[in-house]
Amino acid sequence: MSRHHPAQQTLRAFALALTLLCTAPAAASDKLVVYSARIEALIKPLFEAYTRETGIEIQYVTDKEGALVERLKAEGAKTPADLLITTDAGNLWQAAQEGVLRAVESATLDKAVPANLRDPRKQWYGLSIRARTLFFNTKMAKATDLSTYEDLASPKWRGKLCLRSSKKVYNQSLVAMLISEHGEARAEQIVRGWVANLATEPFADDTRMLEAVAAGQCAVGIANTYYYGRLMEKRPDLPLAIFWANQDDGGVHVNVSGAGVTRQAKNPAQAQKLLEWLASPKAQNLFADVNLEFPVNPTVAADPAVKAWGNFKASPINVVEAGRLQATAVRLMDRAGYR
Amino acid sequence: MPKSLFTATVSGERQRLLWRAVALLIAALIVAPLAVLLTRIGEADTHLLRHLLDHVLPRVVGSTLLLTTLVVASTAVLGTGLAWLVSRYRFPGRNLFNWALLLPMALPAYVLAFVVVGLLDFAGPLQTALRALLGPDLRLPPVRSVGGAAVVLSLSLYPYVYMLCRSAFDSQGQRAMEAARCLGLTRRQAFWRIALPMSRPWLAAGLLLVVMETLADFGTVSVFNVDTFTTAIYKSWFGLFSLGTAAQLASLLLLIGFGIAVTENRLRDRAGYWSTGRGRTEPGVALSGPRAALATATCLGVLLAAFLLPLAQLLAWAVAGWGGAEGTAMDTTSLRAAGRTLSLGLAAAALVVATALLLAYARRESPGRLTDAATRLATLGYAIPGAVLAVGVFVALSLTDRALPALAGVDWRIGGTLVAILFAYLARFLAVGFGPVEAGMARIGRSLDDATRVLGAGSWRRLLSVHLPLLAPSLFAAAALVLVDVMKEMPITLMTRPFGWDTLAVRIFELTSEGQWEAAALPSLALVATGLLPLVLLNRRAQSHAGPSITESPTPSGPSASTPNLSGAAPARPSPT
Repeated sequence: MSRHHPAQQTLRAFALALTLLCTAPAAASDKLVVYSARIEALIKPLFEAYTRETGIEIQYVTDKEGALVERLKAEGAKTPADLLITTDAGNLWQAAQEGVLRAVESATLDKAVPANLRDPRKQWYGLSIRARTLFFNTKMAKATDLSTYEDLASPKWRGKLCLRSSKKVYNQSLVAMLISEHGEARAEQIVRGWVANLATEPFADDTRMLEAVAAGQCAVGIANTYYYGRLMEKRPDLPLAIFWANQDDGGVHVNVSGAGVTRQAKNPAQAQKLLEWLASPKAQNLFADVNLEFPVNPTVAADPAVKAWGNFKASPINVVEAGRLQATAVRLMDRAGYR
Repeated sequence: MPKSLFTATVSGERQRLLWRAVALLIAALIVAPLAVLLTRIGEADTHLLRHLLDHVLPRVVGSTLLLTTLVVASTAVLGTGLAWLVSRYRFPGRNLFNWALLLPMALPAYVLAFVVVGLLDFAGPLQTALRALLGPDLRLPPVRSVGGAAVVLSLSLYPYVYMLCRSAFDSQGQRAMEAARCLGLTRRQAFWRIALPMSRPWLAAGLLLVVMETLADFGTVSVFNVDTFTTAIYKSWFGLFSLGTAAQLASLLLLIGFGIAVTENRLRDRAGYWSTGRGRTEPGVALSGPRAALATATCLGVLLAAFLLPLAQLLAWAVAGWGGAEGTAMDTTSLRAAGRTLSLGLAAAALVVATALLLAYARRESPGRLTDAATRLATLGYAIPGAVLAVGVFVALSLTDRALPALAGVDWRIGGTLVAILFAYLARFLAVGFGPVEAGMARIGRSLDDATRVLGAGSWRRLLSVHLPLLAPSLFAAAALVLVDVMKEMPITLMTRPFGWDTLAVRIFELTSEGQWEAAALPSLALVATGLLPLVLLNRRAQSHAGPSITESPTPSGPSASTPNLSGAAPARPSPT
């Protein structure tokens, strides 16, 4: 029998392989690392454009926002991430609360991003706007029947309303804004009214919900505008139309997809430059158009397909409220039975 | 425990201690992320827990129980029934169905879910056509319900039970059934009283996997908008911003998983499951006429519903989207993602099966309370949702990263490397690999061990030269299960993958999270294609009847103990005490 057991040799080889796999090189100064909740298909063209323009390479990883924030917290000072991008304001607020972002002083950003779409404490900035409004089946309802989100709770819509699940952050932000505007008691009344009017169980996503509205399972639903845009691009013959809610009263609920520089960033100056570039006219169309969203920079025009939906009044409430009141909104929806 | 003649030597004792240490080490490694997670419970908000108890948990526990019961019952019936059918009978197409019934394993449950909802919901093609025929007021039972989710999960999970039961039936040997028939039992009686109880470790392993998969599932139930315990965990973490509360709820799932495993183990503690006689030599009973047609129709029906029809829909969507911008952008990156998926799957399968073998062997060589507990703990990673385990793994690795400069003087980062993701897969899927390996071990009688000890072989030699060849089918079965599971896995991969290591599951997630289900058809097809070949190959090895047969006499003092092993005709000892 050999002195060196095959097991020992395997262990030695394993240990060697482990050391080779372990080493992660230190971040070069001409490289940025981004943690993004925005999916790869949307950010890849953007980052490629930035690399072409500035020569700085961008490494990124995509994941759900909550997981990214936990990851930043766990990594602490060893995190390689310089920038965090999310798809809604609630998670940006959460990231700031957990202390993983840093304040950024930038006159460029202050000018490019309206005050109600960025953090009052300057830790994050919105980069594109997503409006959540009403959509209706043109054969089952008329635009004159519709007015506000609150009105959807009235008995005339019994059995005619379709909603997406309360578990999705977009509805949580919507209800958070309702709480901000009307207070918790009134907001709970409204949500209970919605639940009573549901034609069917809430849907897992906006597109399926819009298809149900178009098929006639219900007459009206609430969705993000870009899902409508994508659906109509694929199937322009659907009897589905957009209605801007609350035009006489507060304005349409909007949310932002945005970013912030991480507290432990290795290249904070470069990260800030990237952030400023993302908010600049050069990048705004790249950022927003590919997903049919509205650019946050007021000097930049939206995609023609998006502009065709018409102008609308957006709610002026600061989107940070969406984060601050998110947990309250989730509890309210649980109490009201909105699944 | 009385020492037998052969273990009285010092080295025997030392070997037992060594194996116990191995088991404890593995358990400690797996439990570390779970322990780290449990420390976050301190951050739990009592107000949130109160809210959940008042408004969420009662309903959620009910749905979860209903869903789990439905799925377990369906998979037990489907898996065992189909395995028995294919194992013992001959009918048209049997050889095809033998391996084809495993194909649904290559299709993730969440993909099947969105295909089913897309096809069968109100706005889908089927109901639209029915409304055109029967009038616009047609209202069918809701697809997005617990029932719908149960159907999809059952179709997706039955292959686990099927594969394991088939291994059980194939390996249990002819003698038991022959003896039963001699003693006057009909074939049906023989099934219920002999074959099924003798497959208990396999069946239990399969059903345990099904229960844990159902409890921890998030992708499928969210497509159906069914609220389960796991969706409550996600709500606490992502909606209510409290990982502490999520960890608290997850610890309950851990307790349940632990409880089920311990109970099952205790129940079969004293029964023996040794194989009797050679593997199946009889070619199976030929069915004819209506019974053969029924058998073929059943198998075909299951295969259609669980695999062929969804595949057809995915193909239709992929072809429809081919010309569009999304289609072409996806197919070049899909190829690289397919490569990543396969390599991660193979690496993880090798790691998990090796560890499972060590653990099972440790349990066999060094039985006792401590190793039992270590084994149960090591398989807990499967009981909690993947995303929650991922956080535990991540935090544990980050703590290690921060301690490394102090401990070892090096400034490395393990988090974000391949080590991290493979470790996370190990923590999660050890249970999947352990089940088949342990069941395979149970088929190897003790007298074989004693014989090798008499001949002077130590544990390692016994493992490598004697047990490994006998265990090969189980090892391949375990590898197949782990491979497909890892390839379909999503939350852990999302959270621990190195830069640029996107798998197909990640790609599918990104598209479906944006509601682009049709665009997800291409990566879904790629995932199925990537998983098919390894699955079929491993299955083929898992079914091979390698090595000599192993027979066993019931007790050392029994009358047949004196006859040499290899041709004995001792009857089986079937039922648990």
